[in-house]
Amino acid sequence: MLVIFIAIIASALRLATPLIFAALGSVFTERSGVVNIALEGIMIMGAFFAILAMEFVSNPWIAVLVAMIVGAITALLLGFLAINLKANQVVAGTAINILAGSLTAFLLEMVWHRSGQTDTVANALTKNPETLAFLEKIPVLGSLFSGLTPFVYLAIIFSGVSYYVMYKTPFGLRIRAVGEHPRAADTVGVNVYRVRHICVLISGALAGLAGASLSLGTVNMFREGMVSGKGFIAIAAAIFGKWHPLGAFAACLFFGLTEAIQIQAASLGLGWIPSEFLQMLPYIATVLALAGLVGRAVAPAASGEPYEKGHR
Amino acid sequence: MKKKINYLLENVKYPLLAIALAFLIGSIFVILTDNSPIVAYSALLDGSLGNIPKFGETLLKTTPLIMTGLAVAFAFRSGLFNIGGEGQYLVGAISTVTAAWVLQDLPGFILIPIILLAGAFGGAIWGGVPGFLKAKLGVHEVIVSIMLNYIALFLTNFLVRVTLNPSTLQGTEQKAYSVMIPEHARLLKFNEFMPVFGYSSLHVGILIAIACAVGIWFLLFKTTIGYEIRSVGHNPYASEYGGISISKNIILSMMISGGLAGLGGAMTIAGLTFKVDQSSGLPGYGFTGIAVALVGKNHPLGVLASALLFGIMSNGSRKMQFEGIPKEVVGIIQGIIIIFIAGEAMLKFMTTRKKKEEKGEVA
Repeated sequence: MLVIFIAIIASALRLATPLIFAALGSVFTERSGVVNIALEGIMIMGAFFAILAMEFVSNPWIAVLVAMIVGAITALLLGFLAINLKANQVVAGTAINILAGSLTAFLLEMVWHRSGQTDTVANALTKNPETLAFLEKIPVLGSLFSGLTPFVYLAIIFSGVSYYVMYKTPFGLRIRAVGEHPRAADTVGVNVYRVRHICVLISGALAGLAGASLSLGTVNMFREGMVSGKGFIAIAAAIFGKWHPLGAFAACLFFGLTEAIQIQAASLGLGWIPSEFLQMLPYIATVLALAGLVGRAVAPAASGEPYEKGHR
Repeated sequence: MKKKINYLLENVKYPLLAIALAFLIGSIFVILTDNSPIVAYSALLDGSLGNIPKFGETLLKTTPLIMTGLAVAFAFRSGLFNIGGEGQYLVGAISTVTAAWVLQDLPGFILIPIILLAGAFGGAIWGGVPGFLKAKLGVHEVIVSIMLNYIALFLTNFLVRVTLNPSTLQGTEQKAYSVMIPEHARLLKFNEFMPVFGYSSLHVGILIAIACAVGIWFLLFKTTIGYEIRSVGHNPYASEYGGISISKNIILSMMISGGLAGLGGAMTIAGLTFKVDQSSGLPGYGFTGIAVALVGKNHPLGVLASALLFGIMSNGSRKMQFEGIPKEVVGIIQGIIIIFIAGEAMLKFMTTRKKKEEKGEVA
């Protein structure tokens, strides 16, 4: 039983990892007042470009960096549309989602001359890093660590860093001010547009990283449809975690756990629960949280509202 | 009359510009594949409009897009963003199959309207939930709708895998799709009474969709209900001051919107697939519906035109694929169209600013 239990925890951590990166991205944008529906599309871009980069470089960390940069550039488009042009943020995000899905599929055909999936790449980051191999020697827990990838550790570190930035630095205070009351922030000299742009860029880089952790960190390749809604689950996790970095982290662990349980349902003696119900759980939990049934989630006041200087 | 034409031109100008620019940028991607854009786009047109059966297939692809496009456009008019077309479409589809199974002994002329209404009703419920939460608790409808899309997907998969599976209801082996709706519950196909449509599976759903567009236009612009819905969208507080209930109209508008998307799902079942398949992802009609509504300027009749454009792109892309051009070019063009339309505010902002500067109004 303990073996299964540890396997599930490891699996939950692995499944939660891409969600954690993207959910942290969602926390940053929403806190600054921009709704980033495009997380899904940016994750697709990150997942694809991480694998594409591996065609040219041998170091997977450079590929991860490429994915983050591509994510940030994609987010720049969202920022330009939503912040500068004051476009409807949901419309702009939807456009990027459609574009990302088609663009990656197009490039996949151009580079690999087929559709569906890329070749598998060597040197992927799907195993516990060698520098941390000593952790595997710990009795009982060792098997847990051997099931983790470098991305899992990164996700935990990034959650802590995000919390620190958001709540312990002047920049974090500015982010929250801009998301709650942009006019007041503007009055005291905070550059609303710049803070929002930085947050959108951060979320793009994080979502790109989320995509890389999905392709490079799990299956060594890119498959069309591999993101399939994970960007939206990340948005849900940010809400469920009440737009707090650590709350979002916990929500992602919870969502990862439901997915891990769903995969292991038979060996847990839970085969009688239809798998679809476990798949639904994160979404139902989020709706209930929004409706106030499990601790009301109230969005940052200016989230989704374009800011126009000099208007009342 | 001249005023009307000017008004029309003013509204059509930006979408047409966006479409033209998107195709121009799309041609760069075609050139990247060592093909000529002229070959690509003529294949696109020939594949979708080349002869009557091809045109029939284009209209077939247009039908659900009209419905989801209308759904998004209608909600927009009341100031709401219905991104939940995906879920409403799925719930509409599964409700139709359920109704057709339960009531299969009824004669066709009663059964067909009932199963279509069941689909619309299912969609209306699914759209009504975010409407209710928005009206009563102030929860943003976009987030709730996105969550409901996935809840609908998994709920549909469960019903198809277990409750409505032929293995459960008809004792066959396990299938990846639901039971088929009975023959007499299916919509009439065009080639049954107009042989020129040949192999095309176009069904009378397209006529129902066009009727819906006209009906929604009438409802929005010629009735009190439509006036109230539009005024809530325009300025909710002024409307409330004038005695119009905001929450009633939000719920009503989301239910009508969801009902339209649900009817879209219902017609696909009753006219084309006759069953619901298990699926790993969302069907995509709801998201494309957002693009359709935007290009159509959220006007029911504009939606008809823009749904046809997206139908042409979707059907013609297969012919492009035969010519060796990845069909994803079409998706790229669609994305770019939305980006340009989303950025339209900027274009407008720039042009009005220029005019004002010329008049010396901007200090």
